[in-house]
Amino acid sequence: MNLNSVDSLLLISGVEVGKHFYWEFQGITFHGQVFIVSLFVISLILIFSILGTLNLKTIPEGFQNFMEFVVEFTSTIAKDQIGESYYRPWIPFVGTLFLFILGCNWAGALIPWKIIELPEGELAAPTNDINTTVALALITSFSYFYAGLNKKGLAYFKRYIQPTPVLLPINILEDFTKPLSLSFRLFGNILADELTVSVLVMLVPLIIPLPIMVLGLFASSIQALIFSTLASAYIGEALEGH
Amino acid sequence: MDSIISAASVIAAGLSVGLAAIGPGIGQGNAAGQAVEGIARQPEAENKIRGTLLLSLAFMEALTIYGLVVALSLLFANPFTS
Repeated sequence: MNLNSVDSLLLISGVEVGKHFYWEFQGITFHGQVFIVSLFVISLILIFSILGTLNLKTIPEGFQNFMEFVVEFTSTIAKDQIGESYYRPWIPFVGTLFLFILGCNWAGALIPWKIIELPEGELAAPTNDINTTVALALITSFSYFYAGLNKKGLAYFKRYIQPTPVLLPINILEDFTKPLSLSFRLFGNILADELTVSVLVMLVPLIIPLPIMVLGLFASSIQALIFSTLASAYIGEALEGH
Repeated sequence: MDSIISAASVIAAGLSVGLAAIGPGIGQGNAAGQAVEGIARQPEAENKIRGTLLLSLAFMEALTIYGLVVALSLLFANPFTS
Protein backbone atom coordinates (compact mmCIF):
# COMPACT_ATOMS: atom_id res chain seq x y z
CA MET A 1 0.00 0.00 0.00
CA ASN A 2 1.37 3.38 -0.86
CA LEU A 3 0.16 6.76 0.29
CA ASN A 4 1.59 8.26 -2.88
CA SER A 5 -1.57 7.22 -4.64
CA VAL A 6 -3.51 9.73 -2.50
CA ASP A 7 -2.39 12.54 -4.72
CA SER A 8 0.17 11.95 -7.41
CA LEU A 9 0.45 15.67 -8.18
CA LEU A 10 1.94 16.60 -4.84
CA LEU A 11 4.94 14.37 -4.90
CA ILE A 12 7.23 16.69 -2.96
CA SER A 13 7.14 14.14 -0.23
CA GLY A 14 5.86 10.64 -0.44
CA VAL A 15 5.58 7.96 2.14
CA GLU A 16 7.15 4.66 1.29
CA VAL A 17 6.87 2.15 4.05
CA GLY A 18 8.03 -1.36 3.37
CA LYS A 19 9.78 -0.55 0.10
CA HIS A 20 13.49 -1.15 0.07
CA PHE A 21 16.45 -0.81 -2.19
CA TYR A 22 17.65 -4.41 -2.05
CA TRP A 23 21.26 -5.43 -2.21
CA GLU A 24 22.12 -9.06 -2.83
CA PHE A 25 25.36 -10.22 -1.28
CA GLN A 26 26.22 -13.92 -1.23
CA GLY A 27 22.60 -14.94 -1.09
CA ILE A 28 21.71 -12.55 1.74
CA THR A 29 19.48 -9.58 1.03
CA PHE A 30 20.31 -6.22 2.54
CA HIS A 31 18.35 -3.01 2.70
CA GLY A 32 20.69 -0.79 0.71
CA GLN A 33 19.23 2.58 1.66
CA VAL A 34 19.85 1.87 5.34
CA PHE A 35 23.48 0.99 4.64
CA ILE A 36 24.13 4.10 2.57
CA VAL A 37 22.81 6.49 5.22
CA SER A 38 24.39 4.55 8.12
CA LEU A 39 27.78 4.62 6.42
CA PHE A 40 27.30 8.34 5.83
CA VAL A 41 26.53 8.89 9.51
CA ILE A 42 29.45 6.70 10.61
CA SER A 43 31.88 8.59 8.39
CA LEU A 44 30.48 11.89 9.65
CA ILE A 45 31.10 10.88 13.26
CA LEU A 46 34.57 9.59 12.31
CA ILE A 47 35.47 12.86 10.58
CA PHE A 48 34.22 14.85 13.56
CA SER A 49 36.25 12.84 16.03
CA ILE A 50 39.39 12.84 13.89
CA LEU A 51 39.14 16.60 13.37
CA GLY A 52 38.56 17.09 17.08
CA THR A 53 41.64 15.10 18.09
CA LEU A 54 43.97 16.15 15.28
CA ASN A 55 45.69 18.93 17.13
CA LEU A 56 45.29 18.33 20.86
CA LYS A 57 46.05 21.21 23.19
CA THR A 58 46.00 21.49 26.96
CA ILE A 59 43.71 24.47 26.71
CA PRO A 60 41.11 23.31 24.17
CA GLU A 61 39.96 25.65 21.47
CA GLY A 62 37.56 25.48 18.57
CA PHE A 63 36.64 22.00 17.48
CA GLN A 64 38.44 20.25 20.29
CA ASN A 65 36.34 22.24 22.73
CA PHE A 66 33.17 21.06 21.06
CA MET A 67 34.25 17.42 21.00
CA GLU A 68 35.24 17.58 24.66
CA PHE A 69 31.78 18.88 25.45
CA VAL A 70 30.26 15.95 23.53
CA VAL A 71 32.42 13.40 25.34
CA GLU A 72 31.60 14.97 28.68
CA PHE A 73 27.90 14.90 27.90
CA THR A 74 27.93 11.23 26.93
CA SER A 75 30.03 10.26 29.92
CA THR A 76 27.53 12.02 32.18
CA ILE A 77 24.81 9.76 30.77
CA ALA A 78 26.92 6.71 31.63
CA LYS A 79 27.94 8.06 35.02
CA ASP A 80 24.41 8.90 36.13
CA GLN A 81 23.14 5.40 35.41
CA ILE A 82 26.06 3.03 35.93
CA GLY A 83 27.63 4.72 38.93
CA GLU A 84 30.92 6.34 39.73
CA SER A 85 32.98 3.17 40.15
CA TYR A 86 32.16 1.20 36.97
CA TYR A 87 31.14 3.73 34.35
CA ARG A 88 34.49 4.41 32.71
CA PRO A 89 34.80 1.30 30.47
CA TRP A 90 31.25 1.86 29.24
CA ILE A 91 31.68 5.45 28.05
CA PRO A 92 32.68 4.40 24.50
CA PHE A 93 29.68 2.09 24.15
CA VAL A 94 27.09 4.50 25.53
CA GLY A 95 28.64 7.42 23.69
CA THR A 96 28.67 5.57 20.39
CA LEU A 97 25.05 4.54 20.82
CA PHE A 98 24.03 8.11 21.57
CA LEU A 99 26.00 9.69 18.74
CA PHE A 100 25.03 7.08 16.16
CA ILE A 101 21.32 7.24 16.96
CA LEU A 102 21.36 11.03 17.11
CA GLY A 103 23.27 11.16 13.83
CA CYS A 104 20.86 8.73 12.17
CA ASN A 105 17.75 10.55 13.35
CA TRP A 106 19.00 13.96 12.38
CA ALA A 107 20.50 12.80 9.09
CA GLY A 108 17.08 11.52 8.12
CA ALA A 109 15.39 14.76 9.09
CA LEU A 110 17.89 17.44 8.08
CA ILE A 111 19.34 16.23 4.79
CA PRO A 112 17.11 16.41 1.70
CA TRP A 113 17.68 12.82 0.59
CA LYS A 114 14.91 13.10 -2.00
CA ILE A 115 17.44 14.73 -4.33
CA ILE A 116 19.14 11.36 -4.73
CA GLU A 117 16.99 8.97 -6.70
CA LEU A 118 17.13 5.29 -5.88
CA PRO A 119 15.74 2.56 -8.14
CA GLU A 120 13.39 1.56 -5.33
CA GLY A 121 12.71 2.83 -1.84
CA GLU A 122 14.12 6.09 -0.58
CA LEU A 123 16.97 7.31 1.56
CA ALA A 124 15.82 8.19 5.05
CA ALA A 125 16.86 7.83 8.66
CA PRO A 126 18.36 4.35 9.14
CA THR A 127 16.49 4.12 12.44
CA ASN A 128 13.16 4.00 10.63
CA ASP A 129 14.05 0.46 9.56
CA ILE A 130 13.24 -1.98 12.33
CA ASN A 131 16.33 -4.07 11.53
CA THR A 132 18.62 -1.22 12.62
CA THR A 133 16.86 -0.64 15.91
CA VAL A 134 16.64 -4.36 16.68
CA ALA A 135 20.36 -4.68 16.00
CA LEU A 136 21.12 -1.80 18.36
CA ALA A 137 18.82 -3.26 21.03
CA LEU A 138 20.43 -6.71 20.73
CA ILE A 139 23.90 -5.20 21.07
CA THR A 140 22.64 -3.57 24.27
CA SER A 141 21.29 -6.91 25.53
CA PHE A 142 24.56 -8.69 24.86
CA SER A 143 26.55 -5.97 26.55
CA TYR A 144 24.58 -5.98 29.77
CA PHE A 145 24.91 -9.77 29.92
CA TYR A 146 28.63 -9.37 29.30
CA ALA A 147 28.85 -6.70 32.01
CA GLY A 148 27.11 -8.90 34.55
CA LEU A 149 28.95 -12.11 33.69
CA ASN A 150 32.27 -10.32 33.55
CA LYS A 151 31.84 -8.87 37.01
CA LYS A 152 30.09 -11.64 38.91
CA GLY A 153 30.72 -14.78 36.88
CA LEU A 154 27.96 -17.38 37.04
CA ALA A 155 26.68 -15.76 40.23
CA TYR A 156 25.13 -13.22 37.88
CA PHE A 157 22.27 -15.64 37.24
CA LYS A 158 21.35 -15.48 40.93
CA ARG A 159 19.50 -12.30 40.16
CA TYR A 160 16.83 -14.32 38.39
CA ILE A 161 15.65 -15.80 41.69
CA GLN A 162 15.83 -12.55 43.59
CA PRO A 163 13.95 -11.41 45.62
CA THR A 164 12.03 -14.71 45.51
CA PRO A 165 12.16 -17.70 43.13
CA VAL A 166 8.46 -17.04 42.36
CA LEU A 167 9.56 -14.15 40.15
CA LEU A 168 11.74 -16.37 37.95
CA PRO A 169 9.42 -16.33 34.89
CA ILE A 170 9.00 -12.57 35.08
CA ASN A 171 12.73 -12.04 35.42
CA ILE A 172 13.39 -14.23 32.37
CA LEU A 173 10.63 -12.47 30.44
CA GLU A 174 12.27 -9.16 31.24
CA ASP A 175 15.34 -10.11 29.22
CA PHE A 176 13.11 -10.41 26.16
CA THR A 177 10.95 -7.37 26.75
CA LYS A 178 13.95 -5.09 27.23
CA PRO A 179 15.26 -5.30 23.65
CA LEU A 180 11.69 -5.44 22.32
CA SER A 181 10.67 -2.19 23.97
CA LEU A 182 14.00 -0.50 23.17
CA SER A 183 13.76 -1.30 19.47
CA PHE A 184 10.03 -0.58 19.10
CA ARG A 185 10.31 2.73 20.91
CA LEU A 186 13.03 4.06 18.66
CA PHE A 187 11.58 2.62 15.45
CA GLY A 188 8.05 3.81 16.17
CA ASN A 189 9.07 7.29 17.17
CA ILE A 190 11.22 7.92 14.12
CA LEU A 191 8.81 6.36 11.66
CA ALA A 192 5.86 8.18 13.23
CA ASP A 193 7.74 11.45 12.95
CA GLU A 194 8.57 10.93 9.28
CA LEU A 195 5.03 9.83 8.50
CA THR A 196 3.52 12.86 10.24
CA VAL A 197 5.79 15.23 8.38
CA SER A 198 5.16 13.63 5.00
CA VAL A 199 1.40 13.49 5.47
CA LEU A 200 1.40 17.16 6.48
CA VAL A 201 3.59 18.08 3.52
CA MET A 202 1.17 16.22 1.29
CA LEU A 203 -1.72 18.30 2.63
CA VAL A 204 -0.05 21.70 3.01
CA PRO A 205 3.36 21.88 1.34
CA LEU A 206 4.47 25.21 2.81
CA ILE A 207 5.26 26.54 6.30
CA ILE A 208 2.63 24.51 8.23
CA PRO A 209 4.86 21.39 8.56
CA LEU A 210 7.79 23.42 9.90
CA PRO A 211 6.82 23.38 13.62
CA ILE A 212 6.20 19.63 13.39
CA MET A 213 9.65 19.21 11.81
CA VAL A 214 11.26 21.15 14.65
CA LEU A 215 9.29 19.08 17.15
CA GLY A 216 10.55 16.00 15.32
CA LEU A 217 14.16 17.12 15.65
CA PHE A 218 13.63 17.66 19.36
CA ALA A 219 11.85 14.32 19.79
CA SER A 220 14.53 12.41 17.92
CA SER A 221 17.32 13.87 20.05
CA ILE A 222 15.32 12.89 23.14
CA GLN A 223 14.97 9.38 21.71
CA ALA A 224 18.74 9.11 21.29
CA LEU A 225 19.14 10.28 24.88
CA ILE A 226 16.55 7.77 26.09
CA PHE A 227 18.11 4.86 24.23
CA SER A 228 21.57 5.51 25.63
CA THR A 229 20.21 6.25 29.12
CA LEU A 230 18.27 3.00 29.14
CA ALA A 231 21.22 1.02 27.78
CA SER A 232 23.42 2.34 30.57
CA ALA A 233 20.64 1.77 33.11
CA TYR A 234 20.46 -1.90 32.08
CA ILE A 235 24.24 -2.20 32.29
CA GLY A 236 24.21 -0.51 35.67
CA GLU A 237 21.48 -2.89 36.85
CA ALA A 238 23.58 -5.89 35.79
CA LEU A 239 26.62 -4.47 37.58
CA GLU A 240 25.03 -3.50 40.89
CA GLY A 241 25.33 -5.62 44.02
CA HIS A 242 28.24 -7.81 44.97
CA MET B 1 -7.14 -8.28 -0.96
CA ASP B 2 -10.29 -9.45 0.76
CA SER B 3 -12.43 -6.38 1.38
CA ILE B 4 -13.59 -7.51 4.83
CA ILE B 5 -10.01 -8.08 5.92
CA SER B 6 -8.93 -4.66 4.69
CA ALA B 7 -11.91 -2.93 6.30
CA ALA B 8 -11.23 -4.69 9.59
CA SER B 9 -7.53 -3.80 9.35
CA VAL B 10 -8.23 -0.11 8.81
CA ILE B 11 -10.67 0.01 11.73
CA ALA B 12 -8.25 -1.91 13.92
CA ALA B 13 -5.42 0.43 12.96
CA GLY B 14 -7.47 3.45 13.97
CA LEU B 15 -8.54 1.84 17.22
CA SER B 16 -5.06 0.67 18.14
CA VAL B 17 -3.64 4.19 18.06
CA GLY B 18 -6.71 5.78 19.57
CA LEU B 19 -7.04 3.39 22.49
CA ALA B 20 -3.30 3.32 23.08
CA ALA B 21 -3.32 7.10 23.40
CA ILE B 22 -5.80 7.22 26.30
CA GLY B 23 -3.67 5.84 29.10
CA PRO B 24 -0.42 7.64 28.26
CA GLY B 25 -2.42 10.85 27.77
CA ILE B 26 -3.71 10.66 31.33
CA GLY B 27 -0.27 9.68 32.59
CA GLN B 28 1.50 12.49 30.79
CA GLY B 29 -1.03 15.00 32.06
CA ASN B 30 -0.50 13.81 35.61
CA ALA B 31 3.27 13.91 35.27
CA ALA B 32 3.31 17.38 33.72
CA GLY B 33 0.93 18.69 36.38
CA GLN B 34 3.07 17.33 39.18
CA ALA B 35 6.19 18.76 37.55
CA VAL B 36 4.62 22.22 37.33
CA GLU B 37 3.65 21.94 40.96
CA GLY B 38 7.17 20.93 41.83
CA ILE B 39 8.63 23.88 39.95
CA ALA B 40 6.18 26.25 41.63
CA ARG B 41 7.26 24.99 45.01
CA GLN B 42 10.95 24.94 44.25
CA PRO B 43 11.84 27.12 41.26
CA GLU B 44 15.55 26.45 41.75
CA ALA B 45 15.06 22.77 40.95
CA GLU B 46 13.56 23.57 37.55
CA ASN B 47 16.35 22.14 35.43
CA LYS B 48 16.45 18.83 37.24
CA ILE B 49 12.67 18.51 37.14
CA ARG B 50 12.58 19.33 33.45
CA GLY B 51 15.12 16.66 32.58
CA THR B 52 13.33 13.99 34.58
CA LEU B 53 9.97 15.06 33.18
CA LEU B 54 11.16 14.83 29.57
CA LEU B 55 12.65 11.41 30.17
CA SER B 56 9.50 10.05 31.81
CA LEU B 57 7.26 11.65 29.18
CA ALA B 58 9.21 9.79 26.52
CA PHE B 59 8.66 6.54 28.41
CA MET B 60 4.92 7.13 28.49
CA GLU B 61 4.90 8.13 24.87
CA ALA B 62 6.50 4.81 24.03
CA LEU B 63 3.25 3.07 25.01
CA THR B 64 1.33 4.98 22.36
CA ILE B 65 4.12 4.23 19.95
CA TYR B 66 3.56 0.50 20.46
CA GLY B 67 -0.02 1.02 19.37
CA LEU B 68 1.25 3.00 16.42
CA VAL B 69 3.61 0.19 15.43
CA VAL B 70 0.66 -2.20 15.47
CA ALA B 71 -1.35 0.23 13.35
CA LEU B 72 1.48 0.69 10.87
CA SER B 73 2.02 -3.01 10.51
CA LEU B 74 -1.71 -3.46 9.89
CA LEU B 75 -1.68 -0.76 7.22
CA PHE B 76 1.61 -1.39 5.45
CA ALA B 77 2.70 -4.93 6.28
CA ASN B 78 -0.55 -6.71 6.98
CA PRO B 79 0.19 -10.39 7.66
CA PHE B 80 -3.40 -11.47 6.89
CA THR B 81 -3.38 -10.42 3.26
CA SER B 82 -1.30 -12.88 1.36
